[in-house]
Amino acid sequence: MSASVHDAGQAAPPRLRWLAATIGAFNANKTSWVGLVIVVAVILAAVLAPIIAPHDPLEQNILSRLQPPHDDYYLGTDYFGRDILSRLLYGARISLVIGVASTVIALVLGSLIGILAGWYGGKFDVVVMQTMDILLAFPSLILGLILVAMLGPSMENITIAIALTSIPSFARIARAPTISVKERDYIEAGRALAFSDVRIMAGHILPNIFPEILVMGSLWLANAIRTEASLAFIGLGVKPPTATWGGMIREGFENILDSYWLVLAPSLAILIIVFALNILGDGLRDAIDPKLKGER
Amino acid sequence: MSRPVLSVQNLQTAFRVGGQWRWAIEDLSFDVAPGETVAIVGESGSGKSVTALSIMRLVSAANGRIEGKIALEGRDLLALSEEEMRKVRGNDVAMIFQEPMTSLNPVLTVGYQICEALRYHRGLDKAAAEAEALRMLEKVRIPSAKTRFGNYPHQLSGGMRQRVMIATALACKPKLLIADEPTTALDVTIQAQILELIKTLQDEEGMSVLFITHDMGVVAEIADRVVVMWKGRKLEDAPAPQVFNTPVHGYTKALLAAVPRLGDMEGHGRPLRFPHIDPDNGEVRGKPVEAADTVKAEEAPLLEVSGLTTRFGIRGGLLGRLRGRVHAVENVSFTLQRGETLALVGESGCGKSTTGRSILRLIEPTAGTVRFEGRDVTGFGKGDLLNVRRDMQMIFQDPFASLNPRKSVGAAIAEPIVVHALAKGAEARERVAELMRRVGLSPAMGTRYPHEFSGGQRQRLAIARALALSPKLVVADEAVSALDVSVKAQVLNLMLDLQAEFGLAYLFISHDMAVVERVSHRVAVMYLGEIVELGTREAVFANPRHPYTRKLLSAVPVPDPARRSLRRELAIDEIPSPIRTLDWRAPAQALVEVAPGHFVRQAV
Amino acid sequence: MGAFLVKRLGFAVVTLWAVLSLVFVVVRIVPGDPAQVILGDQADATAIAAMRTRLGLDASLIEQYWTFLSGAIRGDWGVSLVTGRPVIQEILSVLPWTLELTVVSMLIGVAIGVPLGVWAAINRNRMPDYVTRIASLLGLSFPPFVSAIILLILFAIMLRWFPVISARSGSASAWFQSMALPALNLGLIMAAYITRVARSAMLEVMQEDYVRSARAKGVPWHVVVWRHALRNALIPVITIVGLYLGILIGNSVLTEIVFNRPGLGKLIVGALNQRDYTMLQGMMVIYTLIVVLVNIATDLTYAFVDPRVKLS
Repeated sequence: MSASVHDAGQAAPPRLRWLAATIGAFNANKTSWVGLVIVVAVILAAVLAPIIAPHDPLEQNILSRLQPPHDDYYLGTDYFGRDILSRLLYGARISLVIGVASTVIALVLGSLIGILAGWYGGKFDVVVMQTMDILLAFPSLILGLILVAMLGPSMENITIAIALTSIPSFARIARAPTISVKERDYIEAGRALAFSDVRIMAGHILPNIFPEILVMGSLWLANAIRTEASLAFIGLGVKPPTATWGGMIREGFENILDSYWLVLAPSLAILIIVFALNILGDGLRDAIDPKLKGER
Repeated sequence: MSRPVLSVQNLQTAFRVGGQWRWAIEDLSFDVAPGETVAIVGESGSGKSVTALSIMRLVSAANGRIEGKIALEGRDLLALSEEEMRKVRGNDVAMIFQEPMTSLNPVLTVGYQICEALRYHRGLDKAAAEAEALRMLEKVRIPSAKTRFGNYPHQLSGGMRQRVMIATALACKPKLLIADEPTTALDVTIQAQILELIKTLQDEEGMSVLFITHDMGVVAEIADRVVVMWKGRKLEDAPAPQVFNTPVHGYTKALLAAVPRLGDMEGHGRPLRFPHIDPDNGEVRGKPVEAADTVKAEEAPLLEVSGLTTRFGIRGGLLGRLRGRVHAVENVSFTLQRGETLALVGESGCGKSTTGRSILRLIEPTAGTVRFEGRDVTGFGKGDLLNVRRDMQMIFQDPFASLNPRKSVGAAIAEPIVVHALAKGAEARERVAELMRRVGLSPAMGTRYPHEFSGGQRQRLAIARALALSPKLVVADEAVSALDVSVKAQVLNLMLDLQAEFGLAYLFISHDMAVVERVSHRVAVMYLGEIVELGTREAVFANPRHPYTRKLLSAVPVPDPARRSLRRELAIDEIPSPIRTLDWRAPAQALVEVAPGHFVRQAV
Repeated sequence: MGAFLVKRLGFAVVTLWAVLSLVFVVVRIVPGDPAQVILGDQADATAIAAMRTRLGLDASLIEQYWTFLSGAIRGDWGVSLVTGRPVIQEILSVLPWTLELTVVSMLIGVAIGVPLGVWAAINRNRMPDYVTRIASLLGLSFPPFVSAIILLILFAIMLRWFPVISARSGSASAWFQSMALPALNLGLIMAAYITRVARSAMLEVMQEDYVRSARAKGVPWHVVVWRHALRNALIPVITIVGLYLGILIGNSVLTEIVFNRPGLGKLIVGALNQRDYTMLQGMMVIYTLIVVLVNIATDLTYAFVDPRVKLS
């Protein structure tokens, strides 16, 4: 496997060599493949939920309440007799949509703030980054709680709240490499060649820091999914009866003493997707980190 | 002859790179006699530093492999256990490194770091170790050693840190000192002092020195015997005078031919090209040729800099008040003709780079005028500035940092052409191909990325990119300083050829006096942000008038053991800082014309 | 040193003022009348008017702002809309619970994380490193309430080593019983973060020239690792510990809920559910205060570890 990728790197057109090298490095780390496979599987399960779910996630069946896992209900039923497996599959959609949307919003806005602050420096940088630092130091879950409580717990508002609390992190992540790349001679050469600021930022700085931002994006997706679940667990998730993983744990927690499978399934679901995303992000980071390449 | 202190036999060192073992040193043998100084010379990748690390067994055990025999007074170091080897390090063999700025631990005091070796090897208690460490600090001539003892490394200058490293290394009176490029990161006047110090201490302690360097001048200054290395192999091993006067191997000949020597230029009016050297056998073909006369002395100057001043505020305190200023560039004036090379020379912090960047307005100057083709650039708005920058280009020191790693080199050279709408499509591609051919690279390489090129090739690419806009002035900021000697000569030849072909004017910023002598028409010596001497190259080098110029010239090591300079005073100068208080007034001095075209800063 | 403290305290005051103003503005631009929201849709006009007076919403904006700010400085943070007791009293009564939990968790996190990170780094790409990396990655993948629930199921429900509901009486063993699971939960997650940071910081530091110099002068290996390298590697670790506080506070909210332990977390969730605006305002202020104070502490720690940091 690794040999064929290596060969591809040799044969590929030069433009793709960097990509091939990165894929090769990613490939060398077998655990990152585990992460990738799990993430893809969860995405597929969420997309195909209406087809593969054995029951309607909202259908209540008082006769089969709080049943332990068996043939009809592979993961058992909850207090209202709803099928836990089906709710789990539909819940994955909420987690993924909110997670991806909030991460993308935070990534774009945060990176923009970070690059601008890093590039222009001076007072602008000081004011912007001090503000970001205060926001960063403030407990993001509390901020999210308050935002959702004030805006109301809808999918859009939860997405916005999680995105807002993640912006400072992305601003920091984007700013540091911007500053170090800015000091590079090729940027100064660009200025000497009379390139505009926008051209230098978009054409020279962004491509150099983009891999780093992307890696952080995959790690923050894990964080966003965890935050969404936490909000739902506290009671500020998408309103019931919609199935969310955090909400399922919240409901199951009330019967934890006798039916602990109610919390076990969604707990493991969150754990597995977050763990898989973390493995994936870690593998990607190792793959792009030049410090780890060609080491003796 | 007595038994050698160090005897290296059939040394082979390999590193594992991507699962494969690659030899960094192959079959290396040499001896170091008691009291002798042996220099290992080579360019980057020659394995000279790996040799030092192999002797110390500091090569990573997981990814490195050392074979052969390394005998220290008959004891095979490779056969020792790790714990036994630890007792050898710093005790029998000590080592100092290239980067004094990073070789000392920033969070531990200088005194503690010297004491360590004494406590672990000699078993001295705290008080005894401190007394001995203090004595060592005095021995390496550190002023007010008592206060320095409690200092942290960041409170010391580079030269002082290297003295601390030497004190640490010599604390246990080792039989052998390995010095790996100990002066490369230092300014030339500081380098002279450190070399002097090593020689003096060697005489006092009677130890042997293994000196690793790429600088033939330093070799001539210090070595009794020379080992020339190339790609992990030993090519030559002979007494120093013999290596310099009658080199046997072709590579040694080539290396020596490529080294500019201070004073070589006597009798030459114009810059001198480097001889062509056959890379295979090192044959030097033909005599060095004087460059064509490119200076358009009769025309109006291309660049007139007058009273240029750049200062940076230092803020501090509660409200961020201005506490002082760095007077980086102070009242600098000079002119530059078309086709002329003016060298700005000086040591670190003298303001030579800031001057170059201020002229291009990459840094905004505080005062003064910069007239380019008669128009004052300092008053230009954004549009005019972008226009004038096409005519003024810059090449930088670090060839690894000056090209965007994510852009193919062809795209990098094409970018300015396309952005400034000079050409597009096939025409732009043709222009890129032409530029690449002009700097001696195949246009087919245009699709590759910077990391696939060597340092010299990258510097050629940076030159090609700078030429893309057909500039009239090129500011070359230490453009060849990071290159190996042989590559340096080729790039300098290229720059001379381009000057002849396009009539380029160069502002050649450099700390290397020998290179400056070789390539420039006129020289400006900078010290503390000011020009202290300005004149034709011949006048400044043959008849230096300012005391600082003389000091600078006398500190340059000459690659000729016969001309080894006499022992100088063990000076302990520091390079002064251009940080001034707010009310600082410049002493009343001005550039006075002491001979036609030769100016020296004097009191008026 | 003095100038540094004055500067940092000045910054803290500005931060607090900014947060207070933000809270003031946010509460007033949120759609809907707070009085209406508090009393619900069925409330009649007189009740709403009375509530507006009680909340001070009938005064001019400038007046309201002044009352709010001056009150905040005097420690008068208003009265809880639910219990009727002063907000500051409510907060101070549960603050010690949260503080002791965070401090103990932090100690657990540092005590486990730093040595583990060092151990992994010096055994890079060998078994201890792989195990540590997987374990720490798993650790930081746990949503804190999930790990808390698992601890609860394991140790309280299945093994019955600890009570399900933490309550403490005066004795040390009762204190330990109520503290053990929540602190372990928060501490282990924090240890996962610190292990990773300590590992990568150590890997970087071990490549530094000064580590090579230390080895070249024959300093024993354990001294190279634990004195020369670790002291430098601690600098990024301190940054993370400081920044982690925000996460730790968030995690403690979830932990307090799962273990039904009194503290700021339960207080804020209660206030959110019951729309207790004055209480929420007070909580924002107390959280900001904690964050700002910890930042100052972090800066002071830097100066202690890194001589290059000048406190002026």
